[in-house]
Amino acid sequence: MADRHSYKSKYTADRSIPGAFEGETVTRRRFMTGSANLAGVVAVGAFTLPALAFAIGPIFKSTPHTWETVGPVGTFPENNYIPVVITTTPGIGEAGKTSVYVRKFNPAIDTDPYDRNTPFIALSTRCAHLGCPVRWVEAAQRFICPCHGGVYDLLGRRVGGPPVRALDRFYTRVVNGYVQIGPRFSVNSELRRFSPRDPAEPLDGIGQYLYPSRPGAQKL
Amino acid sequence: MPKLPAPPVPSALKAPPARPGESDGKTGALEDAKTAGITVVDWVDERTSLSGATRWILFRKVPKGTNWFYTLGSATLFAFLSQAVTGVFLAMYYRPDPAGGAYESIRHVTNEVFLGQFVRGMHKWGSSVMVVLVFLHMGRTFLWGAYKYPRELNWVIGVVLLVLTMVMAFTGYLLPFDQRAYWATIVGVNINGTGPLLGPYISDFLLGGSEFGATTLSRFYAIHMLLIPGLLVALIGAHLYLVTKLGTTAPPWLKADRPPELSEAEV
Repeated sequence: MADRHSYKSKYTADRSIPGAFEGETVTRRRFMTGSANLAGVVAVGAFTLPALAFAIGPIFKSTPHTWETVGPVGTFPENNYIPVVITTTPGIGEAGKTSVYVRKFNPAIDTDPYDRNTPFIALSTRCAHLGCPVRWVEAAQRFICPCHGGVYDLLGRRVGGPPVRALDRFYTRVVNGYVQIGPRFSVNSELRRFSPRDPAEPLDGIGQYLYPSRPGAQKL
Repeated sequence: MPKLPAPPVPSALKAPPARPGESDGKTGALEDAKTAGITVVDWVDERTSLSGATRWILFRKVPKGTNWFYTLGSATLFAFLSQAVTGVFLAMYYRPDPAGGAYESIRHVTNEVFLGQFVRGMHKWGSSVMVVLVFLHMGRTFLWGAYKYPRELNWVIGVVLLVLTMVMAFTGYLLPFDQRAYWATIVGVNINGTGPLLGPYISDFLLGGSEFGATTLSRFYAIHMLLIPGLLVALIGAHLYLVTKLGTTAPPWLKADRPPELSEAEV
């Protein structure tokens, strides 16, 4: 230690700090200041971190998969859509419900290789532009969105207007002769399945990486 | 404790001295009432020194050419105070319950509470008034060049205030919870989600989950009532302090007179 520069030594005695004694590295003043600051940080963290977790926590909460019965198998034809109402978020009344257009799977129409061989096709009414509810117009065989003029065809693919991808779909199954609607999923223009995304998030090409699915939405 | 000399009062406010030979006129009930009032104010002032601060705020020097455009900032402040007061009264009746209580409480305020429609209307139109005034004030500050040294920090605080005002307008819009409020919020949150990478997470934060859920309305209410007003009051205080400390600028078409030695002399 003989050659060490006095200001670089870790011993206060070498740094000629007044009041230093043999072997001291941290002065008593510095220790007190540091521990008071540490106590302050702990105290602030004790109320800030839970509050932050409370505010940001819901982003990571995932809702359980539920299935809702919407009608007997015979109600839904093969070439037209019947609207039904399901509850996506319980406990908040009308704001938690959404409409679904249901149709029986038609091998003549649903020919996409990515289209799963599901018993029924259930399209969401949530427009993929900004979330307004779309309406099925049978005479035009199109879904029309009243807000900004988005248009989708029979399979829910976008054919006009500002939407960035096709209409979302719901899983379906048949239990005891009744059709049940399950969790939501999103599709891209080739009707390939993705975990549910918000409106205005494209899924073609780079879109699925630019707008990743979130921890709260079910990974499907 | 020795009594300090009274701080200077602007000459316009000083009482004119009595003419020689005439009585002072300082007798009678009115003078007694004035003396009583002054005694009370003196009592507070001796313990707080508030009169100095009040003079500093109110009796400021302003440059030549100050015109009506300079009132836009105070007008915005007044609109904010109006929103705060009407908002407090609306909060006494509002119920942040998405299963129907919110809509019902606003219906009750509008239809059945005495002057409820008036107070609700003032709050609703006041928000538009405030946004318009904020933009006019911002435009005036920009066109007058009043953002330059040493007022840059004030401009930055003003921009943050603008953003906070927009957040107030957005969160407040959902609270009546009618069809327009609900769908406008859905659309607004989805526009938010179009930001790449972080957009969806911010929408989730606003909604309190991946879907519009039970806590979304309460979240918007807490942001609208507690979080942003607190930030607004703090930043408006900072904004006003800086304006008072730095002073206002003259309009840009008024040039200061240059000393004759500095101008190019005609030789």
